[in-house]
Amino acid sequence: MAKLPVQFRLNGSDRAGFVDPAGNLLDLLRRGLGDFGPKYGCGQGTCGVCTVLVDGEPQLACLTLAVSCEGKQIETTSGMADGPNLHPLQQAFMDSFAAQCGFCTPGMLTAARALLAKNPNPTRDEVVEAISGNICRCTGYEPIIAAILAAAAGGAGMRRA
Amino acid sequence: MLDVRSCTSLAEAAGILSGDRQALLIAGGTLVMRDVNEGRLTEGTLLRVTDPAFRQINASGARVEISAGVTMAMILSNRDLAYLHAPARGIGGPAIRTMATIGGNLFAEAPYGDFTVALLALGAEVVIQAGYGSGRAMPLEDFLAGRERGGQGLVTAVQFARPQNPSEFLFRKISRVKPKGISLLSIAAYLPTSGGRLVQPRVAYGAMAPTPMRAHGVERALDGKPLDQAAIQAAKQAAFEGCRPATDAIASDWYRREILPVHLGRLLAGEPR
Repeated sequence: MAKLPVQFRLNGSDRAGFVDPAGNLLDLLRRGLGDFGPKYGCGQGTCGVCTVLVDGEPQLACLTLAVSCEGKQIETTSGMADGPNLHPLQQAFMDSFAAQCGFCTPGMLTAARALLAKNPNPTRDEVVEAISGNICRCTGYEPIIAAILAAAAGGAGMRRA
Repeated sequence: MLDVRSCTSLAEAAGILSGDRQALLIAGGTLVMRDVNEGRLTEGTLLRVTDPAFRQINASGARVEISAGVTMAMILSNRDLAYLHAPARGIGGPAIRTMATIGGNLFAEAPYGDFTVALLALGAEVVIQAGYGSGRAMPLEDFLAGRERGGQGLVTAVQFARPQNPSEFLFRKISRVKPKGISLLSIAAYLPTSGGRLVQPRVAYGAMAPTPMRAHGVERALDGKPLDQAAIQAAKQAAFEGCRPATDAIASDWYRREILPVHLGRLLAGEPR
């Protein structure tokens, strides 16, 4: 069956690719467009490592039909840093030692980014809720929560979420 | 090979579903894409519905109608549906809730489908459109009983009477992992009262049978009684009627039966879990 063209904005740039009709967004990002920020974890919506923002809302790229993203704005962790300058959330993750193996980090950062965009001053419980769909198998949740709270306290949500 | 087709109207999607047994609706993708990713679904046509009518909420009147393509996140952002926020928040994390739809939840296999449990307790009906004709409403309980047979048509919406007193609607999801985990079980109860006595209460369980189920024994035990300790005790004794819980990776059927009356009693008594 013929592949279908898909065109969208990825981290602020126009990008296009060809996908199998039922292909998922994660495959298109990683294999088609070389954006290795979102990871492949479970493929069934359990782990959250493939979380991306679609028109500002968090979605799981592994469960998102790629053709449904035509004309949309896709944001991944690959677009968070501004050249050598890390996004405040990335900096806070580094400062708080919030990454161990690092596999969950892109999903955690994206979930946190979605939270702070809507709620720049979250409570601890709201942070816990925001990353409740993201699994860290190193069980390093406390530093991650601390990092997100630190980034919020530093104004990350209001500056560049 | 799987194909994808976009339908600009509900009638178009319903027509294709009626005529093509290999056609399958995809809405949020949280169920269908799992099967695609795991190679269980490799043939047929996935239907996307782009009709705005598929994502509408009408919740301000006495009769609430929620279109099947409405997501859990949309429920959570609707103040008129505040009594449904607890079951909507019980579905996955924020990313899943952006995607998962009301219609999809009706098809989620145990131990999933917690939102459907809430709809059962609200006495919801499912609106189904078969072919290009108009939709017909059927009780959710009947829909679930025939779900495995499939081929009922396109689920376009759910409808129910708005609870007169939202505080009489209760929902609780029991899981091991906090704040989010897969259900050991879930319980929803709608407990309207008149003159201090319960009037036609509805109680529903999730993960206690292959599909969400009404707890008719509990309802009979409570109907016409004041919600006191004696009624709660009677409800707990009737808790198992119709239950066929599974043993899965989350819990054994024995464990689910052990904890059901405990959590039912706590829910009815208004105690914390």
